[in-house]
Parts: sequence; C-alpha cells; structure tokens
Amino acid sequence: MTPHMTCVTQPASPATKQMFSRVLTSALFAGAAAGLLIALLQLLFVQPVLLHAELYESGELVHFGGEAVTAHPDLPGFDAVRDGLSIVFTMLTYTGYALVMVALMSIAEGMGHAVTARTGILWGLAGFVTFHLAPGFTLAPEVPGVAAADVVDRQIWWTATVAAAGIAMWLLAFGGNLVSYAIAAMLLMLPHLIGAPEPETFTGPVPTEIGALFAARAFGIGLAAWALLGCFAGHFWQAEAKQAEA
Amino acid sequence: MTTKTLTKSAAGTRFMPALFAVILGLGVITLTGHVQASALHDAAHDVRHATGFPCH
Repeated sequence: MTPHMTCVTQPASPATKQMFSRVLTSALFAGAAAGLLIALLQLLFVQPVLLHAELYESGELVHFGGEAVTAHPDLPGFDAVRDGLSIVFTMLTYTGYALVMVALMSIAEGMGHAVTARTGILWGLAGFVTFHLAPGFTLAPEVPGVAAADVVDRQIWWTATVAAAGIAMWLLAFGGNLVSYAIAAMLLMLPHLIGAPEPETFTGPVPTEIGALFAARAFGIGLAAWALLGCFAGHFWQAEAKQAEA
Repeated sequence: MTTKTLTKSAAGTRFMPALFAVILGLGVITLTGHVQASALHDAAHDVRHATGFPCH
C-alpha cells in the first residue's frame, strides 16, 4: 500500500513566481547600478571631507591649538582596499534600499498607480526623505570624531524615525485625504519634537567648517543618489515586465 | 464575481514577493548600516558616515 501524501503548503502560482523574479531582478539591477554611480560620487565629493576630518580626529592637525592650521592639507589619495570596500558596501546598501522600494512599487502598481522611470524620481525623493533627510534632520550626518550619544540609542531613534517618515511619505503620496496628510505631518515632526539622543558634552576636535561641509555634501550626494535609484528602479521595473511578456 | 476573484488573486500575487523583498532589503540595510561587529564596522565605516547612519 502506498502512503497517501498531502501537500500542506500550496505551491506558488506561476504568476507569483514571475512577480518574485521581477521584484528581485529589477531591485538588484537598480541597486547595483545606482550604487556604483553613488559610490563614485561619494569618493569624489564626500571622501575628501571625511579624510580631512580624520586628520583632526587622529590629532595630526589641532584646531585652535595655538597655531593657525592650513585649510588645505595634503590628503591621502585613493586607497584600493578601503575605497574598494566602500564601493561594495555602497552598492549593497543601495540594493537593500532598492529591494524595499521596488516591493512598495509593486504594491502601488497593484493599486493602479503607474510606475515608470519618471515617476521613479518621485519615489527616489520620498526614499531620500525617509532614509536620509528625516533622521539627518536631527542626527545630522557625522564627520568622524564628533561627540555623540550611545550608538545603540541613536540606532533605535534612527530606525523609529525612518519608519515614521516612511509611513508619512506613503500617506502623502497615496492617502488622498486631509486626515492622512495631517497624520503624515505629525509623523514627520514627532521624532524631532521628542528629540534624538544627544551627547552629554561637546568634544569634537573637527573645525565647524569641515563638519558643515560634510553634512551639506552627504545630503547633496544622498539626494542625487536617491533620484538615480528611484529612476533606475522604475526603469528596470518596466523593463522586467516587458521581458516577462516577451 | 469574476472581477472579485481576479482582484484578490492579483493582490495575492504581489503580496508575498513584496513582503519577502522588504524583509531581505531591511536585512541588508541592517547589515551594512547598523551591525557593530568590528570587521563590518571598519569595512562599512566611510559609507555609514556618508549615508547618514549612526556610526560609532
């Protein structure tokens, strides 16, 4: 007698499998392509400021130490290992963002909203606000060496702020009524009214000019990065659909 | 009847892949942005600063 076998979990339908590969493939392409460009932009515009700050963090240069310090010291050049790792990790990070963004794009498309390279730029701006501008509005981008509160406390605040801002951006885009806009505004403001974990005292050795330039560059490149990522995600989302139909 | 069934199945088709991608994506972001293991921290150091993650 042959044992009677039952299949408890239903196998995924072909349409679901196709959706899996469409989401994963377009996110991988968009994240890797945008991540590579962003890594190069960061190396060009952000890394020199970071290296400059590290001269103060290490004590090689001293601000207000009695002698005036040149604002244009010699900086280390391209470091294959360090900068190579930065490129890999930027691509990984933006692939992570792309996975989340493309997943939400697929849900929005299911609700009847068009997702293209052009609307993708709006998605990118929303992603920039969610993951970069909202937490950075109070936990400003840090140069190495700044005084800061405990890292775990800041990570908890960062995560909560990103979650609140993400829900807020979704409500702004798709809420469609005054109540959801009001909730979105509250979600955007609340983490900053509550306040982020702050250091007890200021001990940063880095000149304020470098810190300010770093924050400006980090936000500027962040905005460019997310606009690229959103545009690429929209593009590959459509390209993968055409591929599936063909 | 037919429309209702179609809508339901279209939503089901999208939900599981989206959920999986969000979990995978957040996992990758946590790994590159937040995990404090020193090898990971050192490798991702410059990216964490430039991308606005709390680093140290």
